[in-house]
Parts: sequence; structure tokens; C-alpha cells
Amino acid sequence: MSSLDDLYKEIILDHYRSPRNQGELEPPAHRCEGFNPLCGDEVIVFVSLIDQKIDEIKIGGQGCSISQASASMMTEIIKGKSISEAEEIIHAFKEMMDIYESELSGEETDGASPSVDLGDLEALQGVVKYPVRIKCATLAWNTLTQSINEIQNIDDSL
Amino acid sequence: MTIDVTEIKKDFPVLQRHINGKRLIYLDSANTSQKPVSVMDAMEDYYRQFNANVHRGSYQLANEATAILEGSRDKVTSFINANSRQEVVFTKNATEAMNLISNTWGREHLSDGDAIVLTELEHHANIVPWQMLASEKNFEIRWIKIDDNGHLDLSDFDQLIDGAKLLSFAAMSNVLGTFTPVRELTSRAQEMGLTVHADASQYTPHSKTDVQEMGIDFLTFTGHKLLGPMGIGVLWGKQNLLESMPPFLGGGEMILNVTKEGFSTNELPWKFEAGTPMVAEAAGLGAAIDYLSNVGMEEIRNHEIVLTGYALERLNSEFGETISIFGPRDPSERGGVISFTFDGAHPHDISQVLDEENICIRAGHHCAKPLMQVLNVGATSRVSMYLYNDHSDIDALVSGLHKVRDLFVP
Repeated sequence: MSSLDDLYKEIILDHYRSPRNQGELEPPAHRCEGFNPLCGDEVIVFVSLIDQKIDEIKIGGQGCSISQASASMMTEIIKGKSISEAEEIIHAFKEMMDIYESELSGEETDGASPSVDLGDLEALQGVVKYPVRIKCATLAWNTLTQSINEIQNIDDSL
Repeated sequence: MTIDVTEIKKDFPVLQRHINGKRLIYLDSANTSQKPVSVMDAMEDYYRQFNANVHRGSYQLANEATAILEGSRDKVTSFINANSRQEVVFTKNATEAMNLISNTWGREHLSDGDAIVLTELEHHANIVPWQMLASEKNFEIRWIKIDDNGHLDLSDFDQLIDGAKLLSFAAMSNVLGTFTPVRELTSRAQEMGLTVHADASQYTPHSKTDVQEMGIDFLTFTGHKLLGPMGIGVLWGKQNLLESMPPFLGGGEMILNVTKEGFSTNELPWKFEAGTPMVAEAAGLGAAIDYLSNVGMEEIRNHEIVLTGYALERLNSEFGETISIFGPRDPSERGGVISFTFDGAHPHDISQVLDEENICIRAGHHCAKPLMQVLNVGATSRVSMYLYNDHSDIDALVSGLHKVRDLFVP
């Protein structure tokens, strides 16, 4: 069971059983949906900004332990951050989840984002050994990226 | 007669495989079946001894290759009790066969204001081709609903088929295992003038298929779910229908004559088989049909009823309220497919934990997202059985699910 223990760390199971920041935000909060076509998982990310800071973030939808825990931990680390800080965290997380990156370098980070401390999210490192599950872990993050892009496009068009 | 699973297992090399010291327990045959040695031998023999392009060689080797391809067509013809070999068209898979129907018959017969009828049980392959055509031709798609036990709800069937041109439905559900009442649906629909297609990708591998008894107009199925290779499927259609339909793909083989001004189509079935066909795959499919026929389709069906009954009973008694099993309760009304959800554990996590025990089951929406919406779930776990599964496989599944429960249900 050792490799399973590596995947299902206690902190992941904890976030899965008691997801943080679950729910919805009313408009004008931004709403963005993401799907994993492989397994049908669905995540809805609600983001509300005040002065370019992510004031509130909520997660809706349903999915497996990895996607739910990853989304839950994402909300904790992202809440209160500026857009550019959020983008740095997203970048650092995706780098950790990049199977080719970790295979090539043998290290989690290649120095691109040394300042970002992923904290509890490091627990998701074990997912990299299960390539199909990487999509689960990154679903909420990709949806958040899309959400930020959409928000910025709206701002640009104003 | 009961079948000897211990002997059957020996014919499937992959089932001898051990990963991390544990034997492979394959419970995902609704996804794709495993292949017996005879299928692999037939395919290898073709390439080792007979490889030549078919229907155009003027030498013995090419004639032998042609005989292999056409011999497999004859095997399919008798396996499904078709009237003639001209009614049996080889396609890449069942999906292509359904796209063939929608693009030829559908394009000719469906237009603005028309309607077709599908069911909530359908695989995406029997939904999306029709949606693609509907967005172009602007016809309506009506849906037969299912009841709480996963059977079709036929209470408004007459209204649904009223004025519709096509009824297209799965003869067996790939998610719930439900056998649909093919003959009843077909005769009622045909009385109202509808053309009827049965998607038999799940049905044909597990139940004796007799297109004449079913009474349908079109049947489609894939080879790889019935012990055959990937890369070959079958469209069967009544001869007069196939003759009236325009060709699907254009190119070599499907023509009788080509001039600068145009072309004329070949006779059936080659009119629908453009380009060099999948001869090795046809050889494999023929060998698969021989294998199944030797075991006996009725024996296979009976074996699956017993095994499904055992699995339902064990899952219910071991996991009670924790497990929700979808579909018909009675094993005789369903194939060897069991979809379920487990309180506290997502299907994807269940299959992950089972994988650690080398147990293969499917997790997800099973290419039936509209059905998932009806069931009000995002995904299910699905166990599916075939002639090479036995009680020990189910026992392994049950002990694997105990591990799932220990991990996820506090």
C-alpha cells in the first residue's frame, strides 16, 4: 500500500472530506466552469476581486478526492492574493505537476519560481506518479487560469 | 451446459499476466474485451502467409487474402443470421458504422421539421452523429426516458414515435446493462413507418444476435468488444435499404467505374467500403466469432446471468447502504455490466485503489453523459464481465472494495 499512501496523504483526504471554500458567489463575482472529459469531473470557480486582489474564491461542482482536495487547497493559498501573485502560484503548482519537468530535472523546481512556497499543496506531488490523475489535480487550477484570463479580457475591453 | 472458465482463461494470454506479483483481474470487458490466442494467430497468419491487397490481385496470394476477408464476412453473416453477405459492411468501428447511417440514410431522409427518437441510455456514438446532422438539417431529437430501475419508460412511446422517421437505440446499455425490448420497440415503430436501428456493440458479444428475429432495419456493432481486434466494426442493413442509400466515403473499391465526368458505385457491400480494408482485423474478427460460436452464445449468456447475480448479491450484502447499484435488479434482465457509486469514495478513486490490487474496472461517464445527468451523478464505477470471468474475480473485487472503504469511509 506504500504507493497508495503516497497518493492519498492524510492532508489530501482531509481536504476531500471537508473541502474549504465550497459554494457559490453571486454576480458580479466571476464564474468559470472546467471539465475533465476523461472522467466527467466538473469544477466551477467563483472569483470576486477587490482592487486587483482575490477577495473571495469559492468552488462548486463535483469530482474525485484529488481534484476536490487540490481545488480546496488552491482556494486557501489563492485567497487574498493579487492577480500577479496568484499567477506565480499557479505557475509553481503546474511546474510541480509537470511530469516531464520532474522526470528531466529530478527536482521539483528548476529555479523559475523559487519564491513560491506551495505549503500543503506539496502533498499533491505524489500525483505525478499517476499520469491520468494529473488532470484531476490541475482541473481547478486550469479553470482558475481561464477565469483570470477572462477577467483580464473584460477589463481590457472596458 | 455450463462453461469451463478455468479452461477458457488459459486461451487469453493477458489473463495469465501478473503485475507486482498479483494476477490480473479484468472486469472491464464492456470497454474492450481481451483476445484469445486464436484471434492473434489468425491476424499473424494473415501477415505471415497471405498478405496482399484484396479484390485486385491476379495471383494466388491476393486471391487467398480476398478469401480471408470475404470468409470473415460470411462468418459475420451467419453469426447474426443476416439474409445475405451483401448486407454485411465492414467499418472501422461501431462509431463509424453509425456515422455511416447518419451521413447516408440520415442525410437523404431527414430534413427540417422531421424527428428521430433516441433513448436516455445511449452511448455518445448514437447521439453525437445525430446531433451533428440535426444542426445541419434542423430536425428534432426526441428521447425515450428511463424509469428508476433503468428500463425504458414506454408510457409515452406512441407519442414519441408519432411522425418520427427513425428510432435508434441501444439493444443493451453499456452503463446499466439493461436489455431493451428490441422486438416490441421495433414492431411498434415500424407499424408507424419508422426505420429502426439497434446499436448492438454491447448486445452482440453477450447475447445471441438474430437480425431477422429482431426485425430491425440496421444493426451496428464493434469487433473489439467480442474478442476481436480493435479497428473493425460492422454495419448490417436490410439489402433494399443499403441499395437505396448513397455511398459514404469515396475512393477505390467502392466504385464500378470512374470517368472524368463522374463515377458509378460498386455493388453491395463494397459500395460502402472505400479504400483498402482491414484484412488482418477481419481475420481476427472471424476467429473471434469461431471462438464464441464454439463456446456457444447461449452458454455465455447463461454464465453471465449467474455471475452477475452472484456479483449483485455479494456487493449488496457486503456494502449495503454504502453502495448504490444502478439498473435492473434482476440479472436475467441485464447483461454482465454493473454500475455503482460508493458513499464517500469517488469512482476515480475506487478504480485507483483497485488498480493497486491489479483489478481493472472503469470509472467515469462511460461515454453516456446524458444518462449520467438522468442518474444525477457525475460518474460511476463500472464492473463488466465476460466468459473468462468467474466467481474468484468477483471475490477479489469485493475484497478490493473493502480496502476502498477502509481508506475513504472513516
